[in-house]
Amino acid sequence: MLKEYKTVSQVYGPLMLVESVEGAKYGHIVDIEIADGTIRHGQILQVEKDKVLVQVFEGTEGINVNDSTVRFLGKPMELALSPEILGRVFDGIGNPKDDGPAIIAEKKLNINGNPINPYARDFPNEFIQTGISTIDGLNPLVRGQKLPVFSGAGLPHDDIAAQLARQATVLGEGEAFAVVFAAMGITFEAAQFFIDDLTNTGAIERAVMFINLANDPAIERIATPRVALTAAEYLAFEMDMHVLVILNDMTNYCEALREISAARKEVPGRRGYPGYLYTDLATIYERAGRIKGRNGSITMVPVLTMPEDDKTHPVPDLTGYITEGQIILSRPLHRKAVSPPVDVLPSLSRLKDKGIGEGKTREDHADLYNQLYAAYARGKEAQELATILGEAALSEEDRNYMTFANKFEERYISQGYYDNRTIEQTLDLGWELLSMFENVELKRIDAELIAKYMPRFRDKK
Amino acid sequence: MSELSKGTIIKVAGPVVVAEGMVGARMYDVVRVGGDNLIGEIVELRGDLASIQVYEDTVGVGPGEEVVNTGAPLSVELGPGLISSIYDGIQRPLDQLVAAQGDHILRGSAVPGLKRDVKWRFLPTIENGTKVSHGDIVGQVQETTLVLQKIMVPAGVSGTVEGLNEGEYTVEETIGAVVADDGSRTELKLMQKWPVRQARASRRRLAPNEILVTGQRVIDAFFPLGKGGTACVPGPFGTGKTVVQHQLAKWVDADVVIYVGCGERGNEMTDVLLEFPELVDPHSGEPLMKRVVMIANTSDMPVAAREASVYTGITMAEYFRDMGYSVALMADSTSRWAEAMREISTRLEEMPAEEGYPAYLGARIASFYERSGRVICEGSPERTGALSIIGAVSPPGGDLSDSVVQATLHVVKVFWSLVGRLAQQRHFPAIDWLTSYSFYKEYLAGSFEDKEQGAEFAAMVQEAMNLLEQEAELIEIVRLVGAESISANDRMALETAKSIREDFLHQNAFHKVDTYTPIAKQFDMMKVILHFHEQGLAAIENGAETSDIFKLAVREDIARAKYVDYADKDKIIGITGIIDEQIKALYAPVA
Repeated sequence: MLKEYKTVSQVYGPLMLVESVEGAKYGHIVDIEIADGTIRHGQILQVEKDKVLVQVFEGTEGINVNDSTVRFLGKPMELALSPEILGRVFDGIGNPKDDGPAIIAEKKLNINGNPINPYARDFPNEFIQTGISTIDGLNPLVRGQKLPVFSGAGLPHDDIAAQLARQATVLGEGEAFAVVFAAMGITFEAAQFFIDDLTNTGAIERAVMFINLANDPAIERIATPRVALTAAEYLAFEMDMHVLVILNDMTNYCEALREISAARKEVPGRRGYPGYLYTDLATIYERAGRIKGRNGSITMVPVLTMPEDDKTHPVPDLTGYITEGQIILSRPLHRKAVSPPVDVLPSLSRLKDKGIGEGKTREDHADLYNQLYAAYARGKEAQELATILGEAALSEEDRNYMTFANKFEERYISQGYYDNRTIEQTLDLGWELLSMFENVELKRIDAELIAKYMPRFRDKK
Repeated sequence: MSELSKGTIIKVAGPVVVAEGMVGARMYDVVRVGGDNLIGEIVELRGDLASIQVYEDTVGVGPGEEVVNTGAPLSVELGPGLISSIYDGIQRPLDQLVAAQGDHILRGSAVPGLKRDVKWRFLPTIENGTKVSHGDIVGQVQETTLVLQKIMVPAGVSGTVEGLNEGEYTVEETIGAVVADDGSRTELKLMQKWPVRQARASRRRLAPNEILVTGQRVIDAFFPLGKGGTACVPGPFGTGKTVVQHQLAKWVDADVVIYVGCGERGNEMTDVLLEFPELVDPHSGEPLMKRVVMIANTSDMPVAAREASVYTGITMAEYFRDMGYSVALMADSTSRWAEAMREISTRLEEMPAEEGYPAYLGARIASFYERSGRVICEGSPERTGALSIIGAVSPPGGDLSDSVVQATLHVVKVFWSLVGRLAQQRHFPAIDWLTSYSFYKEYLAGSFEDKEQGAEFAAMVQEAMNLLEQEAELIEIVRLVGAESISANDRMALETAKSIREDFLHQNAFHKVDTYTPIAKQFDMMKVILHFHEQGLAAIENGAETSDIFKLAVREDIARAKYVDYADKDKIIGITGIIDEQIKALYAPVA
């Protein structure tokens, strides 16, 4: 029952008002045929009596009031899915963008999904080895977690995202693994870098790409993460795959949302972003996870650039309140050519304690990272003090910690984008670096563990 | 209420729906919206137009569909079966929703809050023929091994009890009746209903007079919460708000704990759901879950139900308080609740106050926290109950000038300030000792059986606080001129302050011993740290070098005292002896 109307009365910003419509439902989608015969897509934002407010994904350029036909499709936006989506490239709303055929749907799913019942969730506790010491050793990632990368303009977040996609494995298992990559408003170069990287490693066959580039319609970005997650849910919960979802860049998504909100003349929250930004982001991020009794999982790494490296900007701020930690990149480290330049102290993985320890990584893991953190924090303070007072003014103890911090940055943090360290290598490196301290300084580590692990590294000296 | 009024939808905008023809509707009446029977609540009336906030996703709803008024405000079911349950924001049991709908939450379900098919053993505690009125206890049900649920006469009912019998009943079956003087009969059931937005009455409010022991050292010793008091935990993300809330929920010395996960992470709720049944209550040895009710409305669940979830929680808490219990309610996080209010307010096109929040934000927050308190309950036998509220606040960017933080600080008596700087140093709980405060400190001494010991503890805590203050001042000087230039006594003070921070205030929530510290152990630990300070000063007086004092082996014993199981009591207080020995060796002439 397709209903067609030629009653467009207003077009402003990305929005369009259609009048005298019968039976329109909130959230359903429309096709818009404009004067030159091309079709655009839209979604209903509000229905008041017979007036319908539609957001147009491809933008309203070229739409006129008289010659546009609006077709109400009577259903929410859906994505056609089948195992054939693996290895394919789609646009931001799920139409094929490569030269391949259209997807013959085995299943059509509403892109908005439904919230996972917290009671049906299974707790993420399987350690994922990423091969990156600052993540594996200090902020371990587990299956079903959402761990964003907070970056800034000019920082190498793309390299880290690619490294994660390339190296992430679960120890001792050979289960089906897939990557879903959603590009929102990033440059062609950034997207191509990722595609090339996946192609070189052969992972492209297990990847699904949804690409909305910087010059693609901005409003389309509102659908992109939802479309990508619908594909991920299909792969994870219907095909038992472990899916890594990379959303790049969420800041662009939020800006698109702000554009719609401004066009609707809504009361803005902070920095013009709508008051419901938190809820909206949550409906995206919370789609990561594991479900009891299902084999697959969705692990999510959203990438976002912080305007002026400001962590309190609404986008990183609200993201941090929803995700289970964050990996923050540091400009000073990047300048020192430390790669990946992970700012260890403010980075955090909230689920780390559940994925590590005996039987998962190693018994000394928790104590070790606590000690490394504490020592590095102390060393950073000493570094700062040295810049103010000069190194000579430091106490011997402070000098010691500063040496530690320097070595830690050179050897532990810096490893390059193609070094894939095992968790044992990462842990041992931690012990080796700590071996410059007396046992009594290592307050955060259980005495028995020191006795068990430390001698190896002391002897080396 | 013979005819339920019906209306027709004219507008849908996200979670807000407007319907016309709603004759006779009242504010906050619950309505059923559209063909899917979505649950909603009336939040605005203009003539026969009603604005409705809908507790479920409104995609697919449109003008012309029907709205049916149930004629009753949003209520919760109170009775046996609450404990150990896990509900969403409007008391739908999540475990049963999984069974009914699968892994995702779908719309339009109507599973009741209390199970209808479970039989509970009811034991009357009064004789038939007794005169009763509102709040009187007529009998009891042993709901779990930890909670004995008292069955009370509902509000507005009084008269003579008859037909009350011991037996097995479901929550809907009649356990007896109350016959009023005019001959009208009210049947008594195990279950009663109560509208969530209305506070349950009590006879009289009392001021808190004792502290709620939590086993968290920085809280109990430095910033204690009173039984019946209110506390607020604001902090930027990553500072451990949720861990603090979890720790309190686990270890707090309350009879019943209500945990409201309001707009928080799904995985964290799952952690609670999986972890709590495994945890053992330190006071009784039983699984903790046997005294917990959980409300989980995660951030991806509908926003209107999130707005309701704190009210659902506090109403259940009041119900247990009315039985004469000490109840603790944790709300994590009230910022999400405030944001839900803001979202609804925006959709209603109300004029915003600060940061887009509605002008009534402060009033709503204040009236929520005022539902806490220590009270003499309604009815006989006479009993006192207490309801303590601990609210987490998540201010944007950790900025404490945020409207929600400020509105909360107006009403709460305890402020645990979480700061990013401490969290980055992995000092947990990251509660800043210099800016936090508590109005219940005076009751700390009362938590010891031995009055003198209580007074001593309070004095020690004050001394420790002074040392921390001194440290904050000294550290500036040291930064500028170096540690060598301050006096030996000041250096000792700095070292002791460090020890207080690292060996007392820092507490590892994930260590099996350190996670909970009995108040007596807190006393011993503090005593040992300050004893070292005293002896250190004495040694300096006698010419010992500070560097030698700081290097003593006993300092490792002090540092590890927190990991010592308090079953080995003497092991901690015994450290004082070792201190004396080692310090003496520094300056006493060798015989």
